Amino acid sequence: MFNFFLLILIYTGIYALMALGQNLITGYTGMLSLCQAGFFAIGSYATAILTTRYGWSFWGTLPVAALLSALFGVLIGLPTLRLKGDYLAIATLGFGEIVRNVLNNWDSLTGGPMGIQRIPMVTIFGFTINPYKKVAFLIMVIIFVLVTYYLFERLGRSRMGRALQAIRDDEIAADAMGINITKYKVWAFAIGASVAGIAGSLQTVYSLSVTPGSYTFMVSVLVLCMVVLGGMGNFAAVILGAFIIQLISYFPQLVGLSGVIPPQFKQILFGAILVVMMIWRPQGIIGVRSYMVGRKNSKKVEVSNELA
Amino acid sequence: MNLLETENLTRTYGGVIAVNDVSFVAEKGLITGLIGPNGAGKTTLFNNMTGLDLPTKGKVYFEGKDITGWNSHNISRLGISRTFQNIRLFSDMSVVENVMIGRHYMTGNKDHKTGRLKNMLNSYFRMNEEEDIMFENAIKLLKFFGIANLEQELARNLPYGHQRELEIARALASEPKVLFLDEPAAGMNPQETEHLMATIRKIRDTGVSVVLIEHDMKLVMNICDNITVLNYGQMIAQGTPHEIKNNSLVIEAYLGKDED
Repeated sequence: MFNFFLLILIYTGIYALMALGQNLITGYTGMLSLCQAGFFAIGSYATAILTTRYGWSFWGTLPVAALLSALFGVLIGLPTLRLKGDYLAIATLGFGEIVRNVLNNWDSLTGGPMGIQRIPMVTIFGFTINPYKKVAFLIMVIIFVLVTYYLFERLGRSRMGRALQAIRDDEIAADAMGINITKYKVWAFAIGASVAGIAGSLQTVYSLSVTPGSYTFMVSVLVLCMVVLGGMGNFAAVILGAFIIQLISYFPQLVGLSGVIPPQFKQILFGAILVVMMIWRPQGIIGVRSYMVGRKNSKKVEVSNELA
Repeated sequence: MNLLETENLTRTYGGVIAVNDVSFVAEKGLITGLIGPNGAGKTTLFNNMTGLDLPTKGKVYFEGKDITGWNSHNISRLGISRTFQNIRLFSDMSVVENVMIGRHYMTGNKDHKTGRLKNMLNSYFRMNEEEDIMFENAIKLLKFFGIANLEQELARNLPYGHQRELEIARALASEPKVLFLDEPAAGMNPQETEHLMATIRKIRDTGVSVVLIEHDMKLVMNICDNITVLNYGQMIAQGTPHEIKNNSLVIEAYLGKDED
């Protein structure tokens, strides 16, 4: 039971990474992307292939997973980011499915539908992080989430974060204010994709095997749900959203009713939750925080009613 | 050399000619009005000059430089700033952030002495004073418009009149050479319009040239130094307010032809 709760927390962490990326793309920049599963898969397979075939260590594969996902983010971003709303969603959805199909069919590299097994465990300073001993693995995941959270929170408050929000609120006005929209959109997309790639690496060394079946469209939808549930544009809220969604996903097993409640139950529940949220709390559980509130340097600026 | 001019600018949408062969001129340091009945092509001309739309034919020059076909964000970096007919604020951002966005392109990687990467890291970790300067500058502008007390309010929560003012403040934040105002007095009551007129004059007096589209004739005739009149996409008159008031073509466009 306790072990099972740890498993939920580990999956919360892995999905929270993806959700943080999704939040940068959707919550901050306002692009409805549905391909976090694709980047997740790219990161997963990068780690799986490099560790099993070329004997790399997990730590060496991490930057590769992140950069490869970011690269694909840019490649898909450049042509599709001119699309808006629903059209972008459809284009990115297509990308996610293409990734899964390629993994499914490129037998020589990815092992096809069988996937890749016997992935080595993570070692650090001679210490092996065994996924069956969940506490150590959980600590590693939490460190990843905290570091990413810190970096994203910083990004959100920075000059770039402000530009992204401006693009979300009004593209034409942002353009007229001198913001290079395409550049920022591609950056947001690449950064969001790269953390999904890192999440994929973690997933690989947790399950110690990869199969294309784990990277379905449902994963992208789940990640989007986490962002919407927690609160778009708020990184802390998104992590909470990830936890709640994972808790619901594993709820039948957690209370020992998996024999009674069919697994499809969770999809019904997600649907219901989204409908309820959209009606009563469209801004998410926590909602959006305005960064400028309480800014420390609200010191009085001495100016008369003149233009400087 | 004129500050801004178009040369035989034409914009067609399929068979509809929105702007037809217009050579518009805005001089430095003046308030230039652009008037005409609804559908005359005023906003289309604006959009073509600010890069939101591409002319079908003709050229746009700014300070003698050909800027035809430039991106909107590159044009705005030259010192052309604008507001919109239907207010376009960043509605889920605070008032002060809206104004800070106006200075966005002036910050960041501009200072090559410190190096691009260092500057990026500085802005990322907020170790530089750039943000503080941006913030103070934004507050100054908000004070100029008398809405500094609303700095933390979300832009969407502002009353209409303040939203109009905020949009002008945001446009001024980039320290433009020329400010385009698309119907700034739309929806304002007479007192608010009066106040706006004073504000526009003050802006001009700080050295910013102004080009404005407006239907409120009292405002246009009072504050414009030069007026250009469009009708059905054609430029039918250009001159001082006095000349425009007595121009028979203009009277005809607005009031119709005398049937006698």
